[in-house]
Amino acid sequence: MLYVVIAFLWVSLYLYLILGGADFGVGILETFTGKKNIEKVKNTSYKSMGPIWEANHMWLIIAIVVLFVGFPTIYSTVSIYLHIPLVLMLLGIIARGTAFTFRHYDAINDNWQQVYNRIFRVSSIITPFFLGLIAASTVSRHIDPAATDFLSAYIFSWWNPFGISVGLFTVAISAYLASVYIIGEAENKEFVQYLTGKARTYFFVVMIAGMLVFTTSYFEQIPLFTWIFGQTIGQIAIVLATLSIIVLFWAFKHKKITTMRICVALQTFMILVAATYNHFPDLILLANNQSLSLVDHQGSERTIEVLAWALMLGSIFILPFFFYLLYSFHRRRVQ
Amino acid sequence: MNDFIAARSQMAMSLGFHIIFACVGMVMPFFMAISHYKYLKTGNEVYKGLTKAWSKGVAILFATGAVSGTMLSFELGLLWPEFMKHAGPIFGMPFSLEGTAFFIEAIALGFFLYGWNKFNKWFHWITGLLVGISGLASGILVVAANAWMNSPSGFDYQNGVFSNIDPIKAMLNEAWFSQALHMVLAAFTATGFAVAGVHALMILKKKNIEFHRKAFSIAATCACIAALLQPLSGDISAKDVAKRQPIKLAAMEAHFHTEPAAPFILGGIVDEEKQEVNYAIKIPGVLSFLVHGDFKTPVKGLNEFPKENLPPVAITHYAFQIMISLGMLLCLISLIYLLAVWKKKSWLSAAWFLKLFVFAIPLGYIALEAGWVVTEVGRQPWIIYEIMRTKDAVTPMPGIVYSFYIFTAVFISLSAIVIFLLYRQMKMVGKLYDPTDPHFITKKPKH
Repeated sequence: MLYVVIAFLWVSLYLYLILGGADFGVGILETFTGKKNIEKVKNTSYKSMGPIWEANHMWLIIAIVVLFVGFPTIYSTVSIYLHIPLVLMLLGIIARGTAFTFRHYDAINDNWQQVYNRIFRVSSIITPFFLGLIAASTVSRHIDPAATDFLSAYIFSWWNPFGISVGLFTVAISAYLASVYIIGEAENKEFVQYLTGKARTYFFVVMIAGMLVFTTSYFEQIPLFTWIFGQTIGQIAIVLATLSIIVLFWAFKHKKITTMRICVALQTFMILVAATYNHFPDLILLANNQSLSLVDHQGSERTIEVLAWALMLGSIFILPFFFYLLYSFHRRRVQ
Repeated sequence: MNDFIAARSQMAMSLGFHIIFACVGMVMPFFMAISHYKYLKTGNEVYKGLTKAWSKGVAILFATGAVSGTMLSFELGLLWPEFMKHAGPIFGMPFSLEGTAFFIEAIALGFFLYGWNKFNKWFHWITGLLVGISGLASGILVVAANAWMNSPSGFDYQNGVFSNIDPIKAMLNEAWFSQALHMVLAAFTATGFAVAGVHALMILKKKNIEFHRKAFSIAATCACIAALLQPLSGDISAKDVAKRQPIKLAAMEAHFHTEPAAPFILGGIVDEEKQEVNYAIKIPGVLSFLVHGDFKTPVKGLNEFPKENLPPVAITHYAFQIMISLGMLLCLISLIYLLAVWKKKSWLSAAWFLKLFVFAIPLGYIALEAGWVVTEVGRQPWIIYEIMRTKDAVTPMPGIVYSFYIFTAVFISLSAIVIFLLYRQMKMVGKLYDPTDPHFITKKPKH
């Protein structure tokens, strides 16, 4: 049963990364779109995420609930030492979600739209940045429960070049996911062309950000390279991800929307596998070579069992409904 | 302000705001579904417009409630890590079920808001109703988690160790039913009166009268039924609290000394030092009657409990007084409403009658917040009643006071914008939602 719960945790994080990430990405796309195309990008993004963004963000809540019910020590440790970036991420989530809703539901279309737009765009960048930074902090061995002074306990636990580079990488991934997803929502061929160009650009941005992550990990002596390339699963993941890049560029050329979407979802999947597999079941790598393992720090056996059942039963209700929602509002519009 | 007080204030404020967003988001879908049902049955376009107008309100408040709820799921750990470390596996069950309920709510809302003319009309109606049902389920589950803090069960506790954990038993703790019932009725009362009052105001302003009259009637009917049921639920709650947390009941009533034929204390100024209540109206024997069912049996006073276990008596007492007096006032208004509907139809359009409802706009929410203060402040100094003290649960991170300031600013601006948006929605009713209005625009200008 423990592994059922862990699987739910992992899948929720993955779905949050690709679905929530794409939501953030839409805001990032808007930020870096010129005046000429901005209205089109806005409308297309609205069509793609309007009905589903709240559902997308539920994955984060599921992950958090699984964490505090199933693995309370991990949850409370992270809450203590990563308090500040968590608060910053939360502020981003609040600002982004509300600004997005408000700008659509404001009955009067006036200058307030500019305010909502600005808040929406800035927070769409801040939130995935801190999300990535928090993820990086869980493996960078900077969280030190033995620390006594404020800076090393609560600041340097997350503020370091590796964390920042992973934050930027997450921002890049979000924009990349969004740019690929919304191609399918474009209304005419020219716009498809335009968005495909964007998607190509963001692909390269992701590559550059990825290299930055490897560089900073080298300087901080985080064995990222060994984690990914040092074991079979990681190698397979990388090979598959690379192959999917070739397929993706073929799909760009031939406008195969579904193939594109599958490719980017697969790439993100592989990145997450490569990044988490090696130190499984350790979820948090602490300073001084300690770690918090999902196996050693699980809640009571009975809790895990009940939680697993609750998650499985919940999925029976949620998943068909959720996919029907995605299906209903994401039928391809390009002829 | 020290970090502990800051953490408590931040939690209180976050929940205080979230309660309002969540209650509106949980009750309005039912109003919306009633109006939608009437539209589907009668074909009256005004009901369709009303359904759409209300659904916009739901969307705004749902989004706000969703983000403030997300924040709370983190704040539990950010502010009270020691509590979550032990309590998470025990009382987390309702949260994991709430996740499901909330997920369904979000999905159903997506279907409802964007599904006009896309699906079978009854499927569409059901998705709207489902928003309400799953919202209600979420609310009940979260209250069940809170009830566990008042009435911890489902574990053994010895020498600081929690063992033999049973999350289902914890969820079905003794307090869950009375608390959840009271909360649900409070949500319907507060939201109903707030919505009815706003529409009453618009009728008074003679704007889109038919539209607002229909809205008023749906909201007021729900509100009044809930308000009249609330005293019954209050009685169940009081008896329950007297049994489980006699100290909280004593604080609610500022009942300092055990005495037979305990009086019910109305109002007054609490002097915690001297342990007395001045200038209060004391009705002899009534507290004994409310708790035990007869006028003689003694009710335990605060003097029977160790001093370090006492909650802040004055705050609990005042909050309780505010809650019951507003509750009674709303009951009275409800009776007037029912009388008007049955016997005195002319009252329904009388200015004094509508003004009464305008006056009642904030009352339900004030009562609701006061009631929540009673249950939370009355539980202090415990975070888990008689198991863990609140001060032992707080985060070791210093500087929480700054986070309190930031979150205060966020919540105040968020509320201001929500009110502003709802105001603008109301302003546009004629153009966007009321098909009988000469300014009605058949095609919406945006999106």
